[in-house]
Amino acid sequence: MKFLCIECDEQMRFEERQQPGDGTFAAAFTCGRCGRRIAMLANPMETQLVESLGVKIGGRTLEPEPMEIVRGALVAREGAFVDESGLSDGRVRPRFSDESQERLARVPSFVRGMVKRLYTEYAVERGIAEITPDVMDRARSELGLEGM
Amino acid sequence: MSFRTYREVTGDDRSQLGEQVAAQRERVHDRLRDVTRVVAIMSGKGGVGKSFVTAAIARGLVRRMPRGVGVLDADLSSPTTGRLLDARGPLRIDEHGVHPALGSAGVVVCSMDLLLEDGAPLAWREPASERFVWRGTLEAGALREFLADVVWGELDVLLIDLPPGTDRLDDLTELVPTLAGAIAVTIPSEESRRSVERAMRRAAQAGVPLLGVVENMSGYACARCGAIAPLHEGSAGSMLAEAFGIPLLYRLPFLPGESADRPAVLDALTASCLAALP
Repeated sequence: MKFLCIECDEQMRFEERQQPGDGTFAAAFTCGRCGRRIAMLANPMETQLVESLGVKIGGRTLEPEPMEIVRGALVAREGAFVDESGLSDGRVRPRFSDESQERLARVPSFVRGMVKRLYTEYAVERGIAEITPDVMDRARSELGLEGM
Repeated sequence: MSFRTYREVTGDDRSQLGEQVAAQRERVHDRLRDVTRVVAIMSGKGGVGKSFVTAAIARGLVRRMPRGVGVLDADLSSPTTGRLLDARGPLRIDEHGVHPALGSAGVVVCSMDLLLEDGAPLAWREPASERFVWRGTLEAGALREFLADVVWGELDVLLIDLPPGTDRLDDLTELVPTLAGAIAVTIPSEESRRSVERAMRRAAQAGVPLLGVVENMSGYACARCGAIAPLHEGSAGSMLAEAFGIPLLYRLPFLPGESADRPAVLDALTASCLAALP
């Protein structure tokens, strides 16, 4: 999907995406020439339908996790999976929450890998299993990563 | 007002949904790179013992195939193959993916039965409304993940136990265009013949090589003397084989658990199926 500023006949630039609640998917776009901003709101059903395909609206920032759909959407038995995807020294690799993945998506792609590694190392060193926006904020502050 | 077309607007499409779907297919292809052949066990009709036949063939083949045998239970709503092969969870995940469960005789297995609570129906953690819109997509996605994300490793054959009907076969042929073939399972009755014939025609239309027919419950074997008595009327197995010009691989009688002939009969079933594999 592409968004075109009619006034300028120019493709609008992606700014940010959010999932504000009730399953709505929101994406903001800006015209680089006139500065006009718009928001696209996909209703929960459309969002659900696309996500059930196992694809990410707005593009992927992380490689898919094994059995992403099954583990995320199936009403499964307790302990159906044992996650041993640890680091080489046996420590558990933290996962990025949906919200933190959204934030990671806003990092320019050419430094995204490095930023992801820094956050991961920060979480591993502190035994944090899930990287949330709050963890990212703390890491930025403690590691001097303001702006990432 | 006239707009430019999507392709004429040359900037990036950030979502790249088409590329994401293509990458999913590529992951299936990569995962099955070391699997010599993928074979579907199919039947248009429920209750013909397809999962029993799948498990019996898998147990027999694993003794004859040094690289190993895998079974993917694609019947997501009524999974039974895992239990028939004594496979138990939990499924282990590491950096390579999800490791299949180890079933009897060393057959590696992935089945929804390993993931659901005992007796619980297949259910998805999603909005309750308009389920019909996305349920099929989620199930197709689950099948794709069973193929792409399970560490199948090197196998001589991966058997896919398909549910009744033809929907899942369509999903499978899209995900695995190089399917080596399908074995059809029927019981002798005319009702089964009609139903299985439809499924076989669908498979043929999709370009899936039909390898042969197994007629299950083809009589009742006496546990004491081994004599075969009639169980169902009809000869669906031979009729289907003749109609499609393929071999009737085996007539498998209903075998009571204590039957002394059971190992020999299942061995003969395996041998005939092995001979039919490409």
